[in-house]
Amino acid sequence: MMHFNVRAAAVAAALVSISSLAQAQTVKLALIDPQSGLMAPVGINQLNSWRYIADLANQKNWAGGPKFEIVGFDNKLSPQESLNALKQAIDQGIRYILQGNGSSVALALQDAVQKHNERNPGKEIIFLNYAAVDPDMTNSKCTYWHFRLDANADMKMEALTTYLAKDKNIKNVYLLNQNYSFGQAVAKAAKEYLARKRPDIKIVGEDLHPLAQLKDFAPYVAKMKAAGTDTVITGNWGSDLALLIKAAKDAGLNANFYTYYAATTGVPTAMGAAGEDKVKYVGYWNANNEKFVGGDVVEGYQKKYKDDYYTMATYTGIAMLAKAFKETKSTDPVKVAAALEGMKVQSLNGEVEMRKTDHQALQPLYIAKWVKVNGKDVKYDQEKTGYGWKTEALLPTYIATQPTSCVMQRPK
Amino acid sequence: MEFFVISLLNGVSYGLLLFMLSSGLTLIFSMMGVLNFAHASFYMLGAYFAYSLGLQVGFFPALLLAPVLVGLVGALVERYGLRTVHKYGHVPELLFTFGLAYLIEESVKVVWGLPAVPFRVPAFLDGSLFTLYSTSFPKLRGFMMLVALLMLLAVYLLLTRTRIGLVIQASLSHPQTVEALGHNVPRVFMLVFGGGCALAGLAGVIGGVAFITEPSMAASVGPIVFVVAVVGGMGSLAGAFLASILIGVLQTFAIALNWSLAGLFGTLGIAVSEQTPLYSVWKLQLSEVAPVLPYVLLVLMLIFRPKGLLGTRAD
Repeated sequence: MMHFNVRAAAVAAALVSISSLAQAQTVKLALIDPQSGLMAPVGINQLNSWRYIADLANQKNWAGGPKFEIVGFDNKLSPQESLNALKQAIDQGIRYILQGNGSSVALALQDAVQKHNERNPGKEIIFLNYAAVDPDMTNSKCTYWHFRLDANADMKMEALTTYLAKDKNIKNVYLLNQNYSFGQAVAKAAKEYLARKRPDIKIVGEDLHPLAQLKDFAPYVAKMKAAGTDTVITGNWGSDLALLIKAAKDAGLNANFYTYYAATTGVPTAMGAAGEDKVKYVGYWNANNEKFVGGDVVEGYQKKYKDDYYTMATYTGIAMLAKAFKETKSTDPVKVAAALEGMKVQSLNGEVEMRKTDHQALQPLYIAKWVKVNGKDVKYDQEKTGYGWKTEALLPTYIATQPTSCVMQRPK
Repeated sequence: MEFFVISLLNGVSYGLLLFMLSSGLTLIFSMMGVLNFAHASFYMLGAYFAYSLGLQVGFFPALLLAPVLVGLVGALVERYGLRTVHKYGHVPELLFTFGLAYLIEESVKVVWGLPAVPFRVPAFLDGSLFTLYSTSFPKLRGFMMLVALLMLLAVYLLLTRTRIGLVIQASLSHPQTVEALGHNVPRVFMLVFGGGCALAGLAGVIGGVAFITEPSMAASVGPIVFVVAVVGGMGSLAGAFLASILIGVLQTFAIALNWSLAGLFGTLGIAVSEQTPLYSVWKLQLSEVAPVLPYVLLVLMLIFRPKGLLGTRAD
């Protein structure tokens, strides 16, 4: 009898160790983003970007053992659908959540992840936010399990206005943004920072419009024109930016566009030649950077998916997770979260630090301008338009770094 | 003044596009009583067909061919889909077109992919038609207005001045009599459905090139088409025309005006500040609620004048 028990225990122990070994080998990451609807082209591009970088990490064994697998969940850009997707992911035993499109969605997920982790000790999940940039998420609403890989809206505005302030021809600025937490944050930061850096600049108009619903931006352009606008600052993304620039071109609005997301899917095609020299974007990376760092990724991605790689946060994200797995010799989110705090990795834009106080990534920022491809400093075009992004300025990390009001509640 | 004229032109041209988009829906509804949920999908098909054809034969032949192709697809849908569902009544028809809309959207995604296709304006239409004060009015918008007006004229003449038009009108009110006179009424219905879809296709060519050609373009115009049809009066072509222009101009000017209730109270001498209860409601500007206005109009119209501006049905 005794003999039998020992044997059974040994078998059970062997089984357990096999299953834990299998778990350690593949780590699933749930990507909760739109894969249908108006913003689907952006969401699909980013799903592919995560997959591409995960494959790269697996081939080169970044994590020293564990492999990455990306599982896509379609949230239709809705916070409600996202919570369902989160539940599904949790039911499948996934402990890492990736999301980026829409701060409205990110805020809902951040809150749900926090609650889940409080109620289910031992089953914690980590939320890697790679593109939702509402500043609140790393300030008043900061949580321990949320890590932001992108620069937040305030940081980008800091960089953008620092650059913009040098252009003395800019006198009349118009702010057009999407009417939700992110768009409002952009408008607010633009007003504050411009007042600080260039008090002589006049805000000649300010509008908020609904997210992903408008087709005809001509009325807004007429309003800009009537207000004597020479520069437009906008946080619009997806079709909201593409159509705005198209309408501005048609009405002959001779203004500069300072954007956050002109390099995202759909916008380059809509701009074409019309955006030349006029459209600029601020972001954490540009494919046409001084040494073309990441060029191999751009080319490999183009070959595999016939699309442009621009969501560089995917690289930073996988690099950070891999480093944490390696350092802790574990894929347990509790240990990984602790390792991510204050972590520094070498990404495609240089050193990126995950600030410990608020889980906001600190990194250099780029300002780039839409110009014809010339094979020299502008090698890669976008969406086969023959136009690409020329690096106008590389702003070192300290310029955009913002203080935080976050009081982090760490689990005991 | 410049602002007023340009906004008016913008409003009218947008309204005319809306009219192209919804006239087919109104026609089909008045003739066949079918509320076609897939109408906006035919609009999208028009854009994609014209894009693909344009690569082969150029923009102008595509402008003519794409609507014809869409019309053919529509006719086939009527012949082999709707006609069989028809005998079960209007609700199954409605559900049929509802499902069809999803099918078309998914097919478009499979065939043309998820990102927007580079449907470019032909060189001939690129540039400005005229310059008012300092704002240029794009040729494409002028072309959009011209096509819409020609279309209105053609449909009007077809329905009132030709034999087939008279047969169509007669089949609407007295199908049995028309059938007894030896006309093939089901074929007339097929023609009407195909024709209505072709009109949507034509709007799609213009809309696709003027705005953006991507798989969700149907979903984004779907609701507004119904607003036009309801406000104009179900089944009234003239009503749809009026409603389209009205909605186009209303939306354009609403965006232009920074009026808010807080401002109104201000002029009445009531101070409204951030401490006032419900401040977020009072400070809402007209320009912020502009996109919702057509739906406000829809609801008000249904409450106060359910038959629409020029509708003939009294229910």
